[in-house]
Amino acid sequence: MSPTIVNLVYLVAGILFILGIKGLTKPTTAVRGNMLSAIGMLIAVTVTLLDSEVVNFAYILAGALAGSLIGAVMALRIQMTSVPQMVALLNGFGGGASLTIALAEYFSVLDVDAKSFSDLLVPVALHSGAFGVAEEGTVALISIALTVLIGAVTLTGSLVAFAKLQGLIKKSHGLPGGPIGNGLILVGALVALGCLIVNPGQAVLILSLVAIALLLGLFLVMPIGGADMPVVIALLNSYSGIAAALAGFILGNTVLIVAGSLVGTSGLILTRIMCVAMNRSLANVLLGKMAASGDIVDADEIYAGKVTSAQPDEVAMMLEAAKRVVIVPGYGMAMAQAQHAVRELADAMQAKGIDVEYGIHPVAGRMPGHMNVLLAEAEVPYDKLIEMDRINPTFEDTDIVIVIGANDVTNPMARESEGSPIYGMPILNVDKAKNVVVIKRSLSPGFSGLPNPLFAMDHTLMVYGDGKKAVIEMTTALNQA
Amino acid sequence: METLILLLALFVLSLFLGVELIVKVPPTLHTPLMSGTNAVSGITLVGALLAAGSDSSPMLVNFLGFLAVTFATINVVGGYLVTNRMLSMFKRK
Repeated sequence: MSPTIVNLVYLVAGILFILGIKGLTKPTTAVRGNMLSAIGMLIAVTVTLLDSEVVNFAYILAGALAGSLIGAVMALRIQMTSVPQMVALLNGFGGGASLTIALAEYFSVLDVDAKSFSDLLVPVALHSGAFGVAEEGTVALISIALTVLIGAVTLTGSLVAFAKLQGLIKKSHGLPGGPIGNGLILVGALVALGCLIVNPGQAVLILSLVAIALLLGLFLVMPIGGADMPVVIALLNSYSGIAAALAGFILGNTVLIVAGSLVGTSGLILTRIMCVAMNRSLANVLLGKMAASGDIVDADEIYAGKVTSAQPDEVAMMLEAAKRVVIVPGYGMAMAQAQHAVRELADAMQAKGIDVEYGIHPVAGRMPGHMNVLLAEAEVPYDKLIEMDRINPTFEDTDIVIVIGANDVTNPMARESEGSPIYGMPILNVDKAKNVVVIKRSLSPGFSGLPNPLFAMDHTLMVYGDGKKAVIEMTTALNQA
Repeated sequence: METLILLLALFVLSLFLGVELIVKVPPTLHTPLMSGTNAVSGITLVGALLAAGSDSSPMLVNFLGFLAVTFATINVVGGYLVTNRMLSMFKRK
């Protein structure tokens, strides 16, 4: 097939990817958008297989079979609570694919018929001209080195992120030198990269670059805490896209560049949204630091004698008299597997003519938009899931807010207490509602470690115990009333 | 050099297009957006096929290509399937 036709087909694939993402701007068109994007992928792959350079199908078939099997099993078996882990793994595989493509391109130019590993390390007389004419050779070489660097960092970084989300790694510690240690590794990687561009024939240089970059990914993500994982996986998502775009520069392939840059910007925008929602800078997250702790707040002083508790059936009586109720879920709800019970409570309320909506904070859950997926799985209609900026003005007209499994994102200290570490973080202003019901095991603090003055307010009732059980009891009492 | 400038122009314009598109995706769909872009980044499969299927190269290149095909196929198949699974759960009442 002629290169002209191949490139025209790649153009069509690029358009389908763009239309696919455009479809994701509305829930009604999203499924179709995903299909369009998949069709784009299918035609891009088909036309590549017809390319005259592709002659050896054994490796392709083996890889495609293994990949399809692993991918399909993962996608069909995964629980919705574990989607962040899967996305972390997919980010890593994306980085791994770009890394191995760059290495394959390098070794195909090097053209050493290595019988053993040590044969590879013998320097070959080679200059950048082998990678392309004049400056193009240097640029191709730089693209290979950068793809290796970013691809390898994405691979190990994502594997660590996966292990943390899955609970395989619980502690968060980095190098003894902290950010300085990581900085030194990065300098080492850049030195290897520079040497490789000057001496392209020395395979030992690219192999050291791979090794250093793999380590860098490991140590970059190690010190970052579990609650910051949404930011990390969004950022690694972006890296995997950038690595793909760079691989496009190596191969002079337009569809790789278009698709890679779309993924790169998507990850960057989500990273920014997450950082803004936590009121933290990206540097601050990456260095694994919380904001300066500010004034020490004594939990006992805030809670002593002021916390009122209630039983689920008392809450049900209140609900019966309400006109508008907002449910504010946090990751705790998913941990308690209470999302189906919550939807049944909402159904019971709606059957009594109560207006029910859900208020979703951007960082609720373990990745951007995670809470929406968990509630969609429990068959909550998506038009009831209201984002922070739209739900906040409605709290004053809300009779009861039910907070379940959320804490820091409702803490009024973020709005009012200037010395507080979370000051300035955008929150759901649930304390503006007429009544607040908080379902929680105890008064223990959230990730910030701060007490929440909301719990001690006069119009707040605490329902202690298991979230799922409490919600089921409320539903039963409401149905009997 | 001209080819390079063209590729660079394509890259920069795609970044701008990406920003315009992605900011319009509502927060409700941010998780499917991420898994969907994972699938799109599996476009590296195109490069992987060229490496794995080439003939003139030593075995090492084919093997690296095989790894790349495996990784990229996991992203394509896993990414599109899980995104489709999630998106079909989003329903209006």
